[in-house]
Amino acid sequence: MEFYRALPEIFILGMACLILMVDTFIKQRRLVLTYTLTQLTLIAVFILSLMQFNTQTYIGFHGTFIRDHFTTLLELVIYLTTFVVFLFSRDYILDRTNLGRGEYYVLGLFSMLGMMVLVAAHSLITIYLGLELLSLPLYAMVAMKRDDGRATEAAMKYFVMGALASGMLLYGMSLIFGATHSIDLAQIAQMITTHHAQMPILMLGLVFLIAGIAFKLGVVPFHMWLPDVYTGAPTSVVLFVSTAPKIAAFAMAVRLLVEMLPTLHMQWQPLLILLAILSMGLGNFLAIAQTNIKRMLAYSGIAHIGYMLLGLIAGTQVGYSSALFYMIAYVFMALAAFSMLILLSRKGFECEQISDLQGLNTRSPWLALMMLFIMFSMAGIPPFIGFFAKLSVLEALINVHLVWLAVVAMVFAIVGVFYYLRVVKVMYFEKPEVDDLIDWGLDRRVILSTNAMALLFFGVFPSGLYALCQYAFLGWHF
Amino acid sequence: MFAHTILSLMIWIPVIGGLFVMATGGDHNATTARWIAVITALIVMFLCIPLYTMFDTSNGLMQFKEYLPWIPSLDINYALGADGISVPMVILTNFTSLIVILAAVKAIKKSVSQYMAAFLIMQGLMNGVFCATDALLFYVFWEGSLIPMYLCIGVWGGKNRSYAAMKFFVYTFVGSALMFVALLYLRLHAGSFEITKFYTLHMSMTIQVLIFLAFFAAFAVKVPMWPFHTWLPDAHTEAPAGGSVVLAALMLKMGIYGFIRFSMPIVPNANQSLDWLMIVLGLFAIVYVAYLAIAQTDMKRLIAYSSIAHMGFAVLGCFLVYSIIGMTGNYQDAYLSFEGAVVQMISHAFGSGAMFLGVGVLYDQMHSRTIKDYSGVASKMPVFAAFFMLFAMSNVGLPGTSGFVGEFMIILSAFRAHFWIAFFAASTLVLGAGYTLWLVKRVFFGPVVAGSGVEKLVDITLNEKLVFSLLAIGVLWIGLYPEWLLRLLHTSVNHILTISLQSRL
Repeated sequence: MEFYRALPEIFILGMACLILMVDTFIKQRRLVLTYTLTQLTLIAVFILSLMQFNTQTYIGFHGTFIRDHFTTLLELVIYLTTFVVFLFSRDYILDRTNLGRGEYYVLGLFSMLGMMVLVAAHSLITIYLGLELLSLPLYAMVAMKRDDGRATEAAMKYFVMGALASGMLLYGMSLIFGATHSIDLAQIAQMITTHHAQMPILMLGLVFLIAGIAFKLGVVPFHMWLPDVYTGAPTSVVLFVSTAPKIAAFAMAVRLLVEMLPTLHMQWQPLLILLAILSMGLGNFLAIAQTNIKRMLAYSGIAHIGYMLLGLIAGTQVGYSSALFYMIAYVFMALAAFSMLILLSRKGFECEQISDLQGLNTRSPWLALMMLFIMFSMAGIPPFIGFFAKLSVLEALINVHLVWLAVVAMVFAIVGVFYYLRVVKVMYFEKPEVDDLIDWGLDRRVILSTNAMALLFFGVFPSGLYALCQYAFLGWHF
Repeated sequence: MFAHTILSLMIWIPVIGGLFVMATGGDHNATTARWIAVITALIVMFLCIPLYTMFDTSNGLMQFKEYLPWIPSLDINYALGADGISVPMVILTNFTSLIVILAAVKAIKKSVSQYMAAFLIMQGLMNGVFCATDALLFYVFWEGSLIPMYLCIGVWGGKNRSYAAMKFFVYTFVGSALMFVALLYLRLHAGSFEITKFYTLHMSMTIQVLIFLAFFAAFAVKVPMWPFHTWLPDAHTEAPAGGSVVLAALMLKMGIYGFIRFSMPIVPNANQSLDWLMIVLGLFAIVYVAYLAIAQTDMKRLIAYSSIAHMGFAVLGCFLVYSIIGMTGNYQDAYLSFEGAVVQMISHAFGSGAMFLGVGVLYDQMHSRTIKDYSGVASKMPVFAAFFMLFAMSNVGLPGTSGFVGEFMIILSAFRAHFWIAFFAASTLVLGAGYTLWLVKRVFFGPVVAGSGVEKLVDITLNEKLVFSLLAIGVLWIGLYPEWLLRLLHTSVNHILTISLQSRL
């Protein structure tokens, strides 16, 4: 039973090792075997997790592992994004020297395993383990373009900042362990409710925990690494860094704050409010000043995480599920946006500046339309999913009478509209400077179109996804 | 059965038609795109006939109701309905869209399919704005309609188009963002997004004023009221002729409609205590903006300023009701003023929309909007000049044209409120005549200057004659037989006014 519940994790571990061996010992042209095997693994693990979807909450391995609806749903989203990431990476890495190696997929899989451990973690040790397993392969992936100065710098920054964040988190965890004498999330929560914890130490630990979480999510003032990593790393790696790990970091935040410290909601709420306002404000304002689209999307991501935090701040069942909804919506928007950049890049040309999108409507009306969907969705204009994501977090806020915060959030959303519109402007209102064909395979065409259309579809019919997000928190005690 | 699907059909036929048009692709399929667009617009126009005949004028509540749960977990429903204020707006939307699409058949040569698609989708979304009875659904349509308009200005507009498009979008979004928070707040207290539930809420004065300000931000920008109007002259000037028509004839009306549907009945006390502000801003629009119009050298800019002045009239008509009741206590007078505002909102569409289209015709041949470049157009384009004169007269408010009815009702009732209000309001008759007739004089009459390009002008084609005839029929019909329109309004206007005059502290 224990092993069945953890089967997806075990399966990925096994397959990642196997693929590493295959990649090392079998000679292949253009990594066909490694790639196919990786994608098949993802499909298989998707099915394995899906089989566990409708089961009771299960806590095993001496309380270190949990499988509930939340775990399974987040795992499914992670598989889906990773699948798309690999699909878009394939040609991208093969066309670029030093990138086209099998380690790319293996590192990706190991990082994904870290995310899975993180979303299924039920003790402080597992959380830390998952986090490190998630981060280490990512550092290597960012640095894969060894001869590129910017990439190396980005990797260095990412590593140093990430290590600092892990240190903070670990320090916070040790303080909490000191205060409660337990590493099991449920037991810690129990100890605090029954007033067996030492409050001052606990508070200190909480502050460090939040700093660590903020680092991983990329929230102001712990966001410095994010724009540099996004600009420096190869776009396919950015596609990965900006999507799946965010889901895992969200899971970490929920596990630590909502599951472990629900009774301290009044204490962590003001901290998160501060972080959220700073992120929304700084992210949106700095994004306006960017001419590099990857950097712009980095700042826009910071702002989006700020909006997601609003759901956690509300501190209700509705709030948590709306935060999850926001997170999923954001991940799919970021996925679509960065895959678009990959699609527009080709050998010897990286689509990095906003001006590189100039006149896209003339070059390819369909791609321009898809990018229009993505941008309006990110701006939060109905009928796209980004609007409903904003709607649900704001609604949660207003339900707990934080109307002023909702107004602040909307004001920053207005600021945000400007730079998304600028991208649309460049695509539609300006003439293209280059007029070469955009080369793209059928698989990428279908996936990108599906992804962008999904932003519209789930905007027009958001209720299913929203119900799923509520389902994820079914049976939780707040 | 039909009565419970007709509104949905009016929203979704244009949207789906628009998607089909878009699917025809590039300009090699332009003819197909034009045909699909015209047929779609015609179908929806024909649907207006049952809408008008089936409407029960003795019932002031929502009719043609539709209800489907949309997002149950957030309690948002797909709820539609139309009362006597919505029905004329819907008919107007479909009529104007048909006109714009007919006019575009010949005039637009670049990215035809995208142009037609933008207008069809906009038509559907605007029908949704006027029919939604769920506040969030209203908001979705309201914001959604910005996207096609933004693209329309930016892609087919003039030289300064991206600036104008951006300004249009950001201005309107700033306003509606705050309304969005207000709607969420109202939902918390009403327990649902149903607009009629909002009408029963009792709130303290402070809350009412805050909500009023949020609505004010959204609607005053959209109307637009002085001093939030600066986006409009830019948007109008840069937009293609069709875009200007839709902006003037429909989009501005969404602001007045918002005041009537949301602001006044939901927070009546705040409206009552701040009516002086609205009246002053309305008068400012009527007098000051009219002077601005006189000074314009660009035809489209001039008509844009005249639109702002006319919309000031509609706002004035709405908010006079409180002081009329306060001064005389006579409900009938207040009613006259309020209905005048609704009529003004509808009738203005014909005159100004037609004038924008007219400027578009001139621009296509001369590529200039500057008044100075023209002189003596009437001698080269007699038919066009006759049409334009009629529309100009409607803009002035000549009896017998659509422009007269609403203005007359409002000025008449303004005397009940205060002499000076009526005095300034009535000055529009002089100022409006001033700038409109002066425009007509400079453009159409006078000698034809050799080498100015006017001598090469060709009179309007059959297609344009058709379009202008349709508009002329509208102008005269409402002007000569307003009962056709008023019979729809009476009961519903009465209903909304009664709610708006309640005290709900």
